Amino acid sequence: MKADEVPQDKRDFKEGDKIHKLMYAVDTDGKYTGITSAGWEAENIATKQAWDAVDEELAETAEKVKRGELSPIAYFMQKNLMEVSLLAKYAGKWQWQVKRHFKPAVFKKLSGDMLAKYAAIFNITADELKNFGK
Amino acid sequence: MSTTSYQHYQHAHCESGVTANLLRHAGISISEPMAFGIGAGIFFAHLPFVKVSGTPGTTFRTWPGAIFKRTTQRLGVEMHTQRFRTPERANQALDDVLASGKPAGMLSSVYYLPYLPEAFRFHFNAHNLVVYGKQKGQYLVSDPILEDVTTILPQDLAKARFAKGTPEPRGFMYYVKSAPQQIDYTRAIQAGIKQTCFFMLSPPLPWFGNKAIFLLAKQIKKYPQKLTPRKASLYLGNVIRMQEEIGTGGAGFRFLYAAFLQEAGVLLQRDDLLGFSAELTKIGDDWRNFAYHAARLMKDRKSDLVSYDELSDLLRICGEKERDLFTRVQKIKW
Repeated sequence: MKADEVPQDKRDFKEGDKIHKLMYAVDTDGKYTGITSAGWEAENIATKQAWDAVDEELAETAEKVKRGELSPIAYFMQKNLMEVSLLAKYAGKWQWQVKRHFKPAVFKKLSGDMLAKYAAIFNITADELKNFGK
Repeated sequence: MSTTSYQHYQHAHCESGVTANLLRHAGISISEPMAFGIGAGIFFAHLPFVKVSGTPGTTFRTWPGAIFKRTTQRLGVEMHTQRFRTPERANQALDDVLASGKPAGMLSSVYYLPYLPEAFRFHFNAHNLVVYGKQKGQYLVSDPILEDVTTILPQDLAKARFAKGTPEPRGFMYYVKSAPQQIDYTRAIQAGIKQTCFFMLSPPLPWFGNKAIFLLAKQIKKYPQKLTPRKASLYLGNVIRMQEEIGTGGAGFRFLYAAFLQEAGVLLQRDDLLGFSAELTKIGDDWRNFAYHAARLMKDRKSDLVSYDELSDLLRICGEKERDLFTRVQKIKW
């Protein structure tokens, strides 16, 4: 890559334009030098797609929570880009227990302590967790 | 309590960047490409059966921690490394190191670093950064991928250092204990290059080194038959992201390694290394070309410009050129 080919395609989603990464490219004498890049179209497309997939799934889950098919834990897990295995580790529970907590009926009976624990993991208040989708 | 003399330099990749920044602070003049090359950072692996967030794992670099460890060992720098049971102990130990006037490197999860924009934050637990001081209850942070230094609250840093998942940083912290007066760069560079060639060419398994590029090429060819268009597109996207995402230095580290070969060639006065550097630069352009076409294909989700077959060929050519290059690099007479 030549110095004047270092891509400057703005990464204009989720505040991605705040970071200018350093890249190595060769100058006219063939010597390597560091140049900052605003972003690259190819990478932007790939990253944007990954985020869009996350947002789509999140919207679907939000609907399911509203319809009473899933508990808010499923929603906030996805919102925090977690999978069941990771959430289980943070919660100190087995995966099957976390999956059980996805059931609205089970969720209603969760203790205050457990709710507080989940809320802390998701960086929200217990009330926000309980009242989501209502 | 701040290491005021600490100088922050922006780098392309977090681990080689932190290594270079810490070593420079200790009085060793070393560039990021040099740290990356001596640490044999370049690699390739594709693991179709290990799913990372639902897509097959692909990496263009060696495993986390290896660059730092190999580089410091090869330069004869004595490091202190430590993991912790609790965030309290980790913060206390960090405060003690800072009080002794030393900056400390550490592992963190990018997801819990509030100073990064949301676009970059996902559960990646092997991000390296340097803390070089504490002021008004905040840690002073030198994150090598940022242009400037920043700050972080102790509770946020603790969260990032004790993130769960794979791998778990468990507060991993490191700092320079002592640096040698004289450094034998020649031997360090040789050892780094030899190891890189070995890792690229020797693994007998199809998932690691140069062989894995051909494996990925074969897999990509099968994507249209095996996967839904959406899945195929996500899988491709992941390869591009690994090639370009946070701190890869462009083209899956190829330019970073080419910069190393060039610097080594100048330092050791070897024209063959300069030639290899120029060749790898061209191969890096091929990688970028692959990523560019892959992104186009992804965006349209139909094969009007370049089909999966053609993408697979582009990748195979990268693999062939690299196999040829590293085979010749391995035969260098030192």
